[in-house]
Amino acid sequence: MNETRRRLILAMAGSAGLSQAPGALADRGIGPAGLPDGALDSSEYDTLPGKQPLIKRSWRPPNFETPVRNFNDPYTPNDAFFVRYHLAGVPEIDASTWRLRIGGDAAGTPLELSLAELQSGYPQVEFAALCLCSGNRRGLSKPHVPGIQWGHGAMGNALWKGVRLKDVLARAGITGRAVEVAFDGADTAPIDATPDFVKSLPAWKAMDENTLIAWEMNGEPLPHWNGYPVRLVVPGWTATYWMKHLTGIDVRSTPSTGFWTAQAYRIPKGRFPVVDRFVSQESETTTPITEMVTNSLITNIRDQGIYRAKTPLFVRGVAWDGGYGVDRVEVSIDGGRLWQAGALGEDLGRFSWRQWSFAFNPEPGEHVLMARATNRIGVTQTFDLVFNPAGYHNNVVQRVRIRC
Amino acid sequence: MPCTFLRSLIVAAGTCASLAWAGEDNIRLKEGPGREIVETRCVSCHSLDYIEMNSPILDRKGWEASVGKMVRIMGARIDEAEVQAIVDYLTTQYGK
Repeated sequence: MNETRRRLILAMAGSAGLSQAPGALADRGIGPAGLPDGALDSSEYDTLPGKQPLIKRSWRPPNFETPVRNFNDPYTPNDAFFVRYHLAGVPEIDASTWRLRIGGDAAGTPLELSLAELQSGYPQVEFAALCLCSGNRRGLSKPHVPGIQWGHGAMGNALWKGVRLKDVLARAGITGRAVEVAFDGADTAPIDATPDFVKSLPAWKAMDENTLIAWEMNGEPLPHWNGYPVRLVVPGWTATYWMKHLTGIDVRSTPSTGFWTAQAYRIPKGRFPVVDRFVSQESETTTPITEMVTNSLITNIRDQGIYRAKTPLFVRGVAWDGGYGVDRVEVSIDGGRLWQAGALGEDLGRFSWRQWSFAFNPEPGEHVLMARATNRIGVTQTFDLVFNPAGYHNNVVQRVRIRC
Repeated sequence: MPCTFLRSLIVAAGTCASLAWAGEDNIRLKEGPGREIVETRCVSCHSLDYIEMNSPILDRKGWEASVGKMVRIMGARIDEAEVQAIVDYLTTQYGK
């Protein structure tokens, strides 16, 4: 490791106002501990054009993770927002020539829209929503499973502005025969034989008033790496459905048979406490992933960190769920024996994550900090991993060990 | 051809891909029989850090499944003998 990189990593690893623990260089700030050794070794801070240095998990296709320290802000800055691509052909799109085509056998009046037509033709809405990769924390699966070995940072909270998909589908004459609506983006695979990245939604979810065709993120045009000029926003559901560089919408009377919907992004049936179902794609044993599970993350305390005893320690974090809203966050400082109420931050809407905090005066010695969120329909986190072959829905209660 | 592909990517994505190219260029896979074939075949579609990142977590069966997915689903044009050589290399150098 050269000196410049070492300094960069140290700079990145620091948490403002907190002491630097000896483990900082060991995990190079790209942890968390528990990722496969090869993932820790091959990851590094690197900079995509227009982005801050992020944690590079893979170069091509680009998969870059947001450092957890960025999650101390209510909204994740656009230049720190995680990047996730399945196919290496990342499109460079000229917004002035971009067109969105809406058609399919369950669309009576197919249409094509320019960006100006999309922006001027329908009522605009803006709200906060968490965008979270299905495989966030895959790298912590036990046993490990193949895929991008994400830590905690394949997520981000943002304000999204756009128009309701249902308004556009109405203009395209969606009929009662519609079963699914499939979305295609402009990204491409290097070889023709690779299945194009197309994702389907059940028709009811496509018609949900909160499903958006969005062009703005945190008051700015979408960053190139996050779907410029237009992407789908499916609040409450994992990011696999949030198609970037959106160019095509296929209103279908039959279930999609494409690989990415019919075979990928599957969870075992009946193992997770989720409400939303994607019935037209269910098999005997598996079902497509749908809404996010209830989850939380401690964002300002580093595992194995050293903190001052008998001085107030402010623990901060975020909590989220599949769109019902966070009801409470409980915090334990003794490894899960006693739980105390954390203070919830401002409610930014039920699709946003919710910031929370908890302060205590640590006694000298070791402490294990844990946080557990519960949502408004009473669903909480798990203490034991629900193993699944793709490493999805990891909402195991975190254990952060500190010494005071 | 990986080089042709990368060149077209650079043309398509402007300056973006040239940086990716530079970063990816620093990846050095472990020495061992089969490395060359891995470097020419796998790199057509993805950078080689995918291999490092997914180690050492897969046994032979796991690497067979991963390489098999690349051929059967992702459409990689790799013949049976090459698949065998790739799986051997990955199991030996990056296996669990």
